[in-house]
Amino acid sequence: MTPGLLLLTDSRLPAGSHAHSGGMEQAVKEGLVHDLASLESFLAGRLRTAGAVAAGFASQACAGHDPVELDAELDARTASPAQREAARTQGRLLLRVARRIWPSPALEELAGRLPSPHHPIALGVTAAVVGATPREAGAAAAYHAVTGPATAAVRLLGLDPVAVHRVLATLDLPSPDGLPAASAPLLDLLAERHRRSPVRLFVS
Amino acid sequence: MGAVHDDVHHAPDGRGRALRLGIGGPVGSGKTALTAALCRALGGSLRLGVVTNDIYTTEDADFLRRAGVLDPERILAVETGCCPHTAIRDDIAANVDAVETLEERFGPLDLVIVESGGDNLTATFSRGLVDRQIFVLDVSGGDKVPRKGGPGVTSADLLVVNKTDLAPMVGADLGVMDRDAAAVRQGKPVLFTSVRTEGAAEVAAWVTEQVHEWSHEHEHGHDHGHGHDHGHPVHA
Amino acid sequence: MSLAAVAARRAMRARAEIATTLSAGRTALTVLRSSPPLTLRQTGPVTVHLVSTAAGPLGGDELELDLRVAPGTTLEVGSIASTLVLPGEGPSSMTVTAHVGAGASLRFAPEPTVLADGCDHRMAVRLSLDGDARVWWREEVVMGRYGEAGGRCVTRFDATAGGRPLLRQELELGTGPCSPAVLGGARCVGSVLTTRPCDTAVADGAVADGAVADGAVADGVVVMPLAGPGTLVQALAADAVELRERLDWGLAQVPPS
Ligand SMILES: Nc1nc2c(ncn2[C@@H]2O[C@H](COP(=O)(O)OP(=O)(O)O)[C@@H](O)[C@H]2O)c(=O)[nH]1
Ligand SMILES: [Mg+2]
Repeated sequence: MTPGLLLLTDSRLPAGSHAHSGGMEQAVKEGLVHDLASLESFLAGRLRTAGAVAAGFASQACAGHDPVELDAELDARTASPAQREAARTQGRLLLRVARRIWPSPALEELAGRLPSPHHPIALGVTAAVVGATPREAGAAAAYHAVTGPATAAVRLLGLDPVAVHRVLATLDLPSPDGLPAASAPLLDLLAERHRRSPVRLFVS
Repeated sequence: MGAVHDDVHHAPDGRGRALRLGIGGPVGSGKTALTAALCRALGGSLRLGVVTNDIYTTEDADFLRRAGVLDPERILAVETGCCPHTAIRDDIAANVDAVETLEERFGPLDLVIVESGGDNLTATFSRGLVDRQIFVLDVSGGDKVPRKGGPGVTSADLLVVNKTDLAPMVGADLGVMDRDAAAVRQGKPVLFTSVRTEGAAEVAAWVTEQVHEWSHEHEHGHDHGHGHDHGHPVHA
Repeated sequence: MSLAAVAARRAMRARAEIATTLSAGRTALTVLRSSPPLTLRQTGPVTVHLVSTAAGPLGGDELELDLRVAPGTTLEVGSIASTLVLPGEGPSSMTVTAHVGAGASLRFAPEPTVLADGCDHRMAVRLSLDGDARVWWREEVVMGRYGEAGGRCVTRFDATAGGRPLLRQELELGTGPCSPAVLGGARCVGSVLTTRPCDTAVADGAVADGAVADGAVADGVVVMPLAGPGTLVQALAADAVELRERLDWGLAQVPPS
C-alpha cells in the first residue's frame, strides 16, 4: 500500500468531506437512525448500494477507464439531483486539493475535462496518481461512503465514537469489480428532503 | 504546467485576486452585524463578496440578503457539519470553493469577507483561506476576556470589541479591556465599536487600508480593466 | 388457479413481442406474438394488454417481452391484473426489452408485480430511446401477498437516450436485512420514468453553480429530474394502493414537456 492512499482515505484530508453526512442528518431527523443498531443497518445498506457503486467506479477510474464516460454512467446511476450535487461538490473539492498535493498531468487532464467530477472519479484518478491499485481505490471509495455518515452520527447523536468505529470495522466491504448500479430509494428520498430542509448542519 | 487548467485561477501568492478577510469570534458577538456594516460602508467603493458559515440554517446569509446591503447573489452560505472551526481552519475546502465561486461569477472583486459560524477563543482562520482576520468580542462576556487571550484574541490582525453601548449595563470596564488586549496583542490594533448604534466606520477604514495595501503588494499580473496604472482597487 | 394446479405446471420459456410500424401516417401493430404464460391482447388502436393465461411467473420460468416502437408511432402496454411471482424450481426471470424510435412514444403501465413468499425473481428492463422518443414507464413491486413477508427479487433497469446512459438502477429486495438507507420498513416500491425529447436536455453541468432543476418531495415519494432528459418519480409505501397514490402525486408535479 502506498502512503498516498493512507492520506487519501484520512478523514483529515482537507477536501470538504467533513460537512457531508451522506443522508445521515436527514435519517437522524426522521428518526430512522437513533442508536447503534439502526446506525449499523443504515451503514450496511449504504455500503452495499452507494458504496458498491462508488467502489466500482473508483476502481475503474483508477484503472484508466475514460473518466468522462464513467462520469456519465454515474449520472445515470444517481437519480437524485441532491445526491449528484453532493457527489460533484465533493469531487471538485477533492480534485482541487489533490492537484496541489500531487501535481500531475493526469489530474490536470481530469480538471480540464471535468471540473466537477463525481467524487469516485476524482478519487480513482487520484488513487492512480499516488500509485494505488484499482482494488485499493475501490476500497477507499467504499470506506468514504460510510465513514462520513458514521462521523456525522457521532456528532448528531452523541454516540460513543469507539462503538461507532467498531461498527465500521465489522462492515463487509463490497467488491469493486464491475460497475454495479445498486440504488437505494430511501437515500434518494432522504437526500431530496435534506436539500429542502431550512435547518441543517451538513451539506448532504 | 498546471497553470493552464488551474481553476485556482490566481497565482498562489494572491496576485490579481481579492483580499480575503475572515471575521471570527464567539457566537452573538456581532460578526454578522459587522459584516453588514462593512458592506454598507464599503459597498460603494469596493467590489464585494461575502461567504457566511452558518452553524445551523442559513440565517446569517438570509439576514444579510434581507438587509439589502449587497446583491443577494454575492452572498454564499457554507454548511459546516457541526464543526464551524473545522471549516475555517482544518478543512477549508468548502470555503475556498465558495470564495472562488464568487470571484469567478462576479470577479474581479476587491474584498471577500468570510464570516465564521462562531467559535470559542481558540479558533482562528487558516492562512490558506484568508489574508487578514478580524476577531470580534463583545463586552457582555465580561471585561476579563481579552486577558484570557487565546489565538483569536492574540493573533487576529484586528481585534474588535463590540457592543460598547452595553458596557455600563454589564459593568464592563473598557479601559481594562483595552489595556489587557494591548498587552497580549503586542501592538496590533484594537477597535471599540457599537455596531448596532453607530455602525463601524473605523473598522471600515482599517479594512480599506488593508485592501489598498494588499493590492499594492500583489500588483495585478494582468489587466482587470481598472484603468489604474498600479492596480488600485478603489473605483468609487 | 389453485395452488395444486400451479405446482403441477412445468417451468416455461416464453417470448412475446409487439412491434409497430407507421402506415399512412398512423400507427399499425404489425407484430403481436405471444405464448403462455405471456399472452397479449390488442385492446385499442395502439393499446395492448398482458393477460395471464397461466399462473406465474413460477420458479424456473424465463419470460421475455420485446417491444419495438417504430419512429413516429405510439404504443401503450398495460396488464389486466397484477403479476404474482411464485416459487418453483430455481429462479424465475422477466426481461423486457424496448426500443423506441425517433419521435415515437411508448407508455408501459402494467399492474404491480407481487413477490409471493419463497419466490426468487429477476426483473430486467433494457430500454433504448432514439432522439426525441418519449417514454412513460412504470414499475411497481409489492413484497408478498397479504400477510406474507415476500420472496426475493433483483431488479435491473437500464435506459439509454440517444446512445447515452439515462438511468441505471439495480434493486435487491428480500435478500438481506432491511436497511434505513434502502427501503426502511416499506413493503412496496415503485417508480415511473418519464422522458422528454433529448434535444431539450438540460445537462446539470450547472451543478457546479449549485443550480439543479428542482423536483419535489413528499411523504414516501420523490420527483427527481435526471441528469439526462428525463424525470424519475420514485415511491415507497406500505401497500399497493398507497404506492399508486404516491406515484400519481409525484407525476402531477412533473412539468409537462
Ligand atoms: N447592543 C448591541 N447589540 C448588538 C451590537 N452588535 C450586534 N448586536 C446584536 O447582537 C446580536 C448578535 O449579533 P450577530 O451579528 O448576529 O452576531 P454573530 O453571531 O457574531 O454574527 C444581534 O441581536 C445583534 O443585533 C451592538 O453593538 N450593540
Ligand atoms: Mg453570524
